[in-house]
This record gives sequence, C-alpha cells and structure tokens, in this order.
Amino acid sequence: MTGLRDLAEAGGRPIFTGEAPAIDAGTLESFTQRISEMARWVDAMNATDNTAAHAHASNVACAIAIAQAGVEPILQVVCRDKNRLACQADMMGAALHGVHNICCLTGDDVTAGDEPEARRVFDLDGPQLIRVASSLASGRYLSGRTIDPAPPLFVGAVENPGAPPLEYRARRAAKKIAAGARFLQLQICYHPDRLEAFMGALHERGLTGRAAILPTIVLVRGARALSFVDREVPGIDVPAETIARIEQAADPAEAAYQLGLEQARHALSLPGVRGLHLTDFRHDGSLSRLCHDLDISPKEERRSDAHRSHVPV
Amino acid sequence: MGVVTFIEHAVKKPIFGCRMCGQCVLHDTGMTCPMTCPKTLRNGPCGGVRENGRCEVKPDMRCVWVMAEERSRTLPLLPASWRGHLDELRPPVDNRLSGTSSWANLLSGRDKESPEGWQQAPRGDVGA
Repeated sequence: MTGLRDLAEAGGRPIFTGEAPAIDAGTLESFTQRISEMARWVDAMNATDNTAAHAHASNVACAIAIAQAGVEPILQVVCRDKNRLACQADMMGAALHGVHNICCLTGDDVTAGDEPEARRVFDLDGPQLIRVASSLASGRYLSGRTIDPAPPLFVGAVENPGAPPLEYRARRAAKKIAAGARFLQLQICYHPDRLEAFMGALHERGLTGRAAILPTIVLVRGARALSFVDREVPGIDVPAETIARIEQAADPAEAAYQLGLEQARHALSLPGVRGLHLTDFRHDGSLSRLCHDLDISPKEERRSDAHRSHVPV
Repeated sequence: MGVVTFIEHAVKKPIFGCRMCGQCVLHDTGMTCPMTCPKTLRNGPCGGVRENGRCEVKPDMRCVWVMAEERSRTLPLLPASWRGHLDELRPPVDNRLSGTSSWANLLSGRDKESPEGWQQAPRGDVGA
C-alpha cells in the first residue's frame, strides 16, 4: 500500500484526501457504510476532532475505525478542547494503533458550537502543536522524555487562504512548514483570486516542494448550504454573487455540483497544488461523479498502476 | 505582588491590555498583546477571522493578529529588526509564570526557558 507520506515525498500523481463525516451514533458497521463511497477514492481520510466545536465520537476512535475499514487515517488534533498533555496522548495513543498521519489545528472557538458555555483550552496553538508532533516523531515528548522507538508520525496542518489578514496567510503557512508540517489541507476558499495569490506566494518561496498543499473542495447541495457556510462557519466568506448564481440556476443542485467541479479544476491547475482535500455534504454519488469528471481513477486502480510501473519488463 | 510586578501591570494594562503572562512578546508582535486574543494564540491568527477583519469570538473587536500584522509593518519607532519577529515560532506559554513580572523574567532569562522537547524538535529552514 502506498501511504500518504510516500505519495507526498515521491511527487508524481495528485494526492486526494477526504473528510470523514462526524459521527454521533451507530456502530462500526454503520460508520464503515457511511465512509464507503469516499473510501473508494481517497488516499487517506481525516478523522475529525469535534468539528465546529460540537462534541462527536472522538478523533482517535474514528481514526482507528477508518483504519479498520481499510483506509489510511489522518488524525486531526485540535487545540480547543485539550491541553498539551492530552494532545500528546491522542497522538501517541493513535500511533499505538498504527495511525501515523497527524493534522494539527487550532480549532474553531467553543462559541461556534452548541455548548458555548464550555471552557476553551488553547494551551497550545496550531503552529506549536505541529512542533510538538514533530518532537514526538523525533522520539521525545515535549518535556524531553525519550520515546523509543519514536512513532513514525507524518505531520501536517491546515491553513485558511481566504481569511484576513490575506497577505499574511502564506507567511503563516511558512511558519507551519518551518515547525514541521509536511502537508497542508487548506480551508475551502470561494475566492479563486485569494487561493491563487496564496499558492503563488508559497510557490515563489519554494515551499510547495517542502509540503504537499491540498486545497479543499466541499460538495454542497445548493444555495442554502452556501448561505449557511457564509453565515455560520468562521473564516469562510461566500460572495453574494456566487450564492445568487446557484440560487437562480434552473437546476440549483446541478449548479452547486458544477461549482465544486469548477473549483477543483481551478485548484488543480495552480502551480504547486499537490492534490485536493474532499468534503461531501451531498451524499448522492456526487463525490464519485466529481472524481470521474476529474479523470481520477479509483484508489485500487491507482495502486495497481503504481505497482505496474515499478515492475521491470 | 512585588513592586516590579505592580509597576509593570500598572503601565502595561492600560496601554496594551496586559494579562501578566510573565513572558512578554509585545516587541515581536507589533506591540499588540497576543494574550488579548480570546484563544491566546501566540503564533498568528486562527482561520476564523471575519471578512471585515474582526474576531471570530468577539465580533466587536478587531482581530488581535490583524492588528499585530498591520502594526509590525506600520508602527513608527519600532526597530526594524523587531518587524520581522512576527514570523518567529514562539513556544507554548509557561503557565507557571502567570502573574509574575516579565521584566524580572527577562532580566533573569527565565522567560526564554522552554521544554527540552521543544528545543530539540527538528526545525525546517524555510528562508526569508
């Protein structure tokens, strides 16, 4: 199996990661069923950590479930709910189960969720968490205590190319890469010019060769979902004309799909973009359609193609 | 509270909203206190900054890091060498220093201490 680290380090074909849905109920079987469509396409899948400041089944438990479903997991770790001890424990506990990809986030504030009265932690911030994860990977807890053997963690993070201060975002990405991030999953950005400027700045500094940059594509059902994202999700601005274009289309659901496809093609065309991070809120087969339309072959075929290319003839 | 701590707080609280973290980084952040960020972020803005540059948590407030970035470029009298400090990776806060004088900790070098794992973690050079 070609892992995320190998793909990122080897270069070559685009990398696709995906976001597993947050889980509130059910069993391992129902979870496996819910991720089955995405599992066919992505090289690795994020186990989220209390997304949007709502409590869900834990990041570590979901990462293990993703691995058991035969997909390479990426463990999200968020600074909002846990202090530095608990963040390290998450990563070491997951590593015990073979989960080695880590995605470090600062996290939405508690006020963005349904329990705004909760205590926010933020004992670490995102860049600090990256450095701590890198320390674990080099065989030391933050305290300096030795870990032997060191867990082979592949550390990454996120960045938002579309939120103010816009010119500073590439510098913040550079700080994260300096702290040890080897991949960056970008927040969905509904301003193509901002994504272009961000990628241009990273590429110019040679940083796209240091970390695999994966812009996010979100598949939504229509204008209402876009309005919700614009209104409720911190740091994401959806231009009014984009929402109006979807709303006034003859077939809004199809127009929303086409928006995602257009964003994906645009992102993949930018110098330095290494692949995409996919989120599906449609659950109607659109993810498979998107992959077909982008000429992405199913994961199994990609693997056998890679295998064939390495067999001497 | 010692005399130095009292004076430091009396000076910095009204001007910078000082929270007495005991490990002051004002000079690195365009004289903008990162502890006034509701998430107490010391390494730049979170991804939740609003389109108008205001805080995700407190919509009435400008994002502390939007201000820090702006001031690190535009604040008069700020030494040139400090302007680039914004991009430095600052270590996690030592919570034991909360309420102590950062001036005293600066003189003793206590505010520069960081955990061994932090110091030894591999660094990536990403250029200027």
